[in-house]
Amino acid sequence: MKVLVPIKRVIDANVKVRVKADNTGVETANVKMAMNPFCEIAVEEAVRLKEAGTASEVIVVSAGAAQAQETLRTGLAMGADRGILIQCDSDPEPLAVAKLLKAVVEKEGPELVILGKQAVDNDNNQTGQMLAALLGWPQGTFISKVEKTDGSFAITREVDGGLEKLEIKAPAVVTTDLRLNEPRYASLPNIMKAKKKPIDTMTPADLGVDVSPRLTVVSVTEPPARKAGVKVASVAELVDKLRNEAKVI
Amino acid sequence: MSTLIVAEHDNAELKPATLNAVTAAGQLPGETHVLIAGSGCGAAAEAAAKVAGVDKVLKADDAAYDHHLAENLAPLVAKLAADYSHVIAAATTSGKNVMPRAAALLDVQQVSDISAIEGEDTFVRPIYAGNALATVKSSDAVKVLTIRATAFDAAPAEGGSAAVEAVESTGDTGLAAFKGQELTKSERPELTTAGIVISGGRGMQSGENFAMLERVADKLGAAVGASRAAVDAGYVPNDYQVGQTGKVVAPDLYVAVGISGAIQHLAGMKDSKVIVAINKDEEAPIFQVADYGLVADLFEAVPELEKELG
Ligand SMILES: Cc1cc2nc3c(=O)[nH]c(=O)nc-3n(C[C@H](O)[C@H](O)[C@H](O)COP(=O)(O)OP(=O)(O)OC[C@H]3O[C@@H](n4cnc5c(N)ncnc54)[C@H](O)[C@@H]3O)c2cc1C
Ligand SMILES: Nc1ncnc2c1ncn2[C@@H]1O[C@H](COP(=O)(O)O)[C@@H](O)[C@H]1O
Repeated sequence: MKVLVPIKRVIDANVKVRVKADNTGVETANVKMAMNPFCEIAVEEAVRLKEAGTASEVIVVSAGAAQAQETLRTGLAMGADRGILIQCDSDPEPLAVAKLLKAVVEKEGPELVILGKQAVDNDNNQTGQMLAALLGWPQGTFISKVEKTDGSFAITREVDGGLEKLEIKAPAVVTTDLRLNEPRYASLPNIMKAKKKPIDTMTPADLGVDVSPRLTVVSVTEPPARKAGVKVASVAELVDKLRNEAKVI
Repeated sequence: MSTLIVAEHDNAELKPATLNAVTAAGQLPGETHVLIAGSGCGAAAEAAAKVAGVDKVLKADDAAYDHHLAENLAPLVAKLAADYSHVIAAATTSGKNVMPRAAALLDVQQVSDISAIEGEDTFVRPIYAGNALATVKSSDAVKVLTIRATAFDAAPAEGGSAAVEAVESTGDTGLAAFKGQELTKSERPELTTAGIVISGGRGMQSGENFAMLERVADKLGAAVGASRAAVDAGYVPNDYQVGQTGKVVAPDLYVAVGISGAIQHLAGMKDSKVIVAINKDEEAPIFQVADYGLVADLFEAVPELEKELG
């Protein structure tokens, strides 16, 4: 089975993001970028399926600026076989990404698409569900386990009350949660090897997809700051303050 | 113009976040209708009809809607959406699962996890783990929204008397089947609605040590939460995780014990009214948002806290 893994290039999760002074967005100049952490988990899972003999080929795909190539190379260094870059002028919205991915799925014919549950830049948590809708495929979101069975996938989802188990028919879309696996670091030899792996480049127009945004960003602002309070010297003082000053217990 | 709320419920009762969605809907023009889709969900529909501010309840009672499988529920939501200007659900794991699927069926770009409504097409939402607030304007004919429950008060569960109307099922797609669940059992209040939350992090060192926090929680009537590190280490179940990619809480009192205060954790709790941090490292970033900070070894401070609370 072929596995397709959509990956997004985002500001590194360890960077303290700053709002631009003109309130049009966040500062991205000279900021460290990385693969979205949930996408790393997705690539890891796909590569493990290949190592187990369940998957035959792992394809990573990213929609974004030309620099998303670097993110694809990271995926290839982790063990994916080839990459697809859909070069876009601006960051496409989840619905547009889902439409682009649908076109790629129709060309490539994967049996499983593994996405991250959420891109940690816009925190949308939409693309996988939207792709599944457009394809008419089942969706296993926020999964901590996936197993291929006869004609289906047995999945475990992380939900608000605990865990939920579903069986979803193949082909399917799944999205990763944090506990699915621990992604590997690419080794130096694998980083070298990844340089020779093929990356196909295309545009939304090549795929016949209109990526015009539906949302306009009116402004991006700093959230109200919380000011640090006081240090207390003892548990007794803490309890006294909570009782008599804050009056919360 | 009117709003359809996709309610979360267990067929018998409404999940609390649905009441926050009713308040959000009240800030939008027109009537507020609530969809109760489930299997044997009459009691939940009756409960929704009593919520103050609800004008009508749509009941879709069919085995296909049991467990709110997105594959079956999203087509129903998309079909009903034709009569509404706004379709909203709380940004719980269920809302996050179903709503984007419905939005895509409608060819709509959903606006996720909104924390304020500026107008009928303009919404505020936190991005980058709450490091920024984006105000966005939607040009879609129907607005599909998920709402951050902590940003909207709960509507009163009593006081309404809406009519319940049955709607036809869109049937079972047969794409997915429910196979079971492992729900975390707890006698304590639910994390996202508790008035007091006490959370433990990697500093707790083990699952057994969480018993210390549970004893304090029982004295305070608090819920117990955790950082990602504590969940990843297997100290507590996944549904304890508070943060950017876990649950968002905003209790009157949040007590962080052995938690460093990473931005991803703060994203889930920094709107709490009063924050207490207990950490042995006085440089821990959690102290930058704490109203009361105690620099101490938690293995001494927590048992002492239990004693002080009497
Ligand atoms: C994609 C992504 C998503 C994430 N989502 C979340 C999320 O939703 N929620 C979340 O919480 N994190 C999340 N994280 C992880 C986050 O970045 C931090 O790694 C995590 O919050 C750290 O947990 P911690 O504070 O318990 O552990 P640590 O950072 O290791 O801190 C432990 C603290 O305990 C203190 N301590 C140790 N022993 C004692 C003692 N005896 N007495 C008192 N204090 C003690 C230490 O001084 C330290 O400050 C996410 C990360 C990524 C990359
Ligand atoms: N521009 C993109 N290119 C490739 N994959 C994407 C892109 N945007 C989102 N995704 C995928 O969708 C997941 C969820 O993203 P989101 O819905 O934006 O939170 C990500 O983890 C990726 O797997």
